[in-house]
Amino acid sequence: MTEKHTEGGHPRPVDKTNEYVRIESVTKRFGDFVAVDNVSLSVFKGEIFCLLGGSGCGKTTLLRMLAGFEAPTSGRIFIDGQDMADTLPYERPVNMMFQSYALFPHMSVEKNVAFGLEQEKLSRKEIDQRVAEMLDTVKLGELARRKPHQLSGGQRQRVALARALVKRPKLLLLDEPLGALDKKLREATQFELINLQEKLGVTFIVVTHDQEEAMTLASRIGVMDRGEIVQVGTPTEIYEYPSSKFVADFIGSVNMFEGRLIEDEPNFVRIQSPELNSTIYVDHGISAPPGAAVWAAVRPEKIEIAREEPDSQENRARGVVRDIAYMGDMSIYLVKIDSGKMVRVTLPNSVRQLSQRISWEETVWLSWDASSPVVLPQ
Amino acid sequence: MARSQIRQTQRPPIDAWGAGRLGLIFSLLYRFGPPRWSQYVRKNWSGQRLVIGLPYLWLFLFFAVPFIIVLKLSFSEVRLAMPPFAPLIEKVSDVAYVLNVNLGNYAFLLSDALYVNSYLYSVKVAAVSTVFCLLLGYPMSYAIARSTPTLRNIWLMLIILPFWTSFLLRVYAWVGLLKTDGLINQFLGVFGLGPFTMMYTTFAVYIGIVYSYLPFMILPLYSNLEKHDLTLLEASADLGAGPIKSFLRITLPLSMPGIIAGSLLVFIPAVGEYVIPSLLGSSDQLMIGRVLSDEFFSNRDWPVASAVSIAMLMLLVVPIVLFQRFQNQELAGAKK
Repeated sequence: MTEKHTEGGHPRPVDKTNEYVRIESVTKRFGDFVAVDNVSLSVFKGEIFCLLGGSGCGKTTLLRMLAGFEAPTSGRIFIDGQDMADTLPYERPVNMMFQSYALFPHMSVEKNVAFGLEQEKLSRKEIDQRVAEMLDTVKLGELARRKPHQLSGGQRQRVALARALVKRPKLLLLDEPLGALDKKLREATQFELINLQEKLGVTFIVVTHDQEEAMTLASRIGVMDRGEIVQVGTPTEIYEYPSSKFVADFIGSVNMFEGRLIEDEPNFVRIQSPELNSTIYVDHGISAPPGAAVWAAVRPEKIEIAREEPDSQENRARGVVRDIAYMGDMSIYLVKIDSGKMVRVTLPNSVRQLSQRISWEETVWLSWDASSPVVLPQ
Repeated sequence: MARSQIRQTQRPPIDAWGAGRLGLIFSLLYRFGPPRWSQYVRKNWSGQRLVIGLPYLWLFLFFAVPFIIVLKLSFSEVRLAMPPFAPLIEKVSDVAYVLNVNLGNYAFLLSDALYVNSYLYSVKVAAVSTVFCLLLGYPMSYAIARSTPTLRNIWLMLIILPFWTSFLLRVYAWVGLLKTDGLINQFLGVFGLGPFTMMYTTFAVYIGIVYSYLPFMILPLYSNLEKHDLTLLEASADLGAGPIKSFLRITLPLSMPGIIAGSLLVFIPAVGEYVIPSLLGSSDQLMIGRVLSDEFFSNRDWPVASAVSIAMLMLLVVPIVLFQRFQNQELAGAKK
């Protein structure tokens, strides 16, 4: 079952003509455990590709195979058109930023950054110059003589980045690059990373479990689950048009209504859901037989909440507000609808006066636009 | 029943007296000891002080005091008497005391080539043995640290196993192996080789010391290498360094504290080693431990023997202090 939709406009288009990394049906087994299961993937030059998934989904193993620390059980990996099967890690045109940063504890910041260049047999002068330039780029010039244990988490992260980038790799692999930073620093660093990537034109492959990080950084996201890639797309595609219940659930929060397809036309479908006292009308067609069991997924911010009964008899539900979480910029409402199901609604707090806001135990009507639900197979 | 009853009637007086006496001491201490004894225990005599204090008391009684006695001895003059030395402070009349500080023992050490040679020979033997222990021990420790946990425990067990037999016996066993008609020469004889003279040579001393002290090199090295973060080696490979480069620039510098600890544990006791050179070494070239014991027991020159041991200590203290300082710096740097 595929949805007929047009691709959402994304600010950072991907040049799909210039393939840089090709992963061809790669499988990795550790004993009986299949860490990566028949993954095929292309990453294009100059993009930031995020591998997103929960812990143990195989994303790090896939990254380590690109770096050469693990060999695929089967399948092939091409980087810049070359088969990497017999290429050792220290011969690959790839650099990696490790999750733990893996800074050499006995070397100063500049020695850490110079390490990679020293392996290239460059002149001392050129090494010093490139190290100094790179340290300036990541704003660490003043800390050049410190040892890693004298740095803060954010500074260490930048040393790790500088050490990987100073070799001017064509492809940079980043394993949870911002995982060890606190929220504020993480947000600032995300944009620094994007700026740096655009400036240097390096292709990034980022592994993360943090969907917000993936949404901010990525030009495309590959969602992984149990060793498989379940969906590849731009952040907008992944969020607005998830291809499965797993993806819809994993990225952001979502309300799932279980139901049955009762009308299936080329340009609309109607779903009967016992969890709602109304039918769900969706204004785009899907390819599935009538009577099929489906999920209708509606994002919390796409649901309207009102005291008055809506005009339409469809796409609506009545309920009682059970809980409100005030987040400052928005509030999350948990509404128990008549069928007993809890529905999550988010509302921007655009009005300041408390009295106008919907409050606890109020009876409310929920409604949504016919374009909002995503129909997913069960 | 009857028997045990008899015993009970026979024994109690002593037991009751023993237990009663202990109890009495404790209760006296508790009641008539320092005021508010229990608070005193908690606040000033905390468990920490007790735990630190007891070993220090032990070291004071059985290391510092004997050391001071030996130091004092090294400044006195030899005498054919019992004890065989002149007192440091002599009473010459009711009001006059004479302080006999005699530096002659130390001057004697320098003037007689025997002592200087023994020192140099001891340091040489200890240094060479340490290097061999390191060359043998490093690969072993590395292999143990990188093997699977089950295998690792077996390897470590095998390293520690020799300690279950007496050190002396193990050194004696080498006599049987090394002597001219010993096992090694018999084996080589099968191929028409030898016999080689191995016993009573410096070579035999090296064998004995390396064999005996190898575990002291391996264990600290292992405990260092085992803690290494292996992602550092991946990072090194990722940055373009091959395995040898990675070892030289990452593993080796990071294992420096282990190398130093192991080397000190081998070098220091090897310098003063007595048993191994006595059993396996030649009688022409003496190690300082042997000279020391000869001075004490054969010559009965306690002051010179004391001077020998003090000089040996000084010889060792300087490098130890330097090493320790270096190690502390390294540790401070390697943390986190």
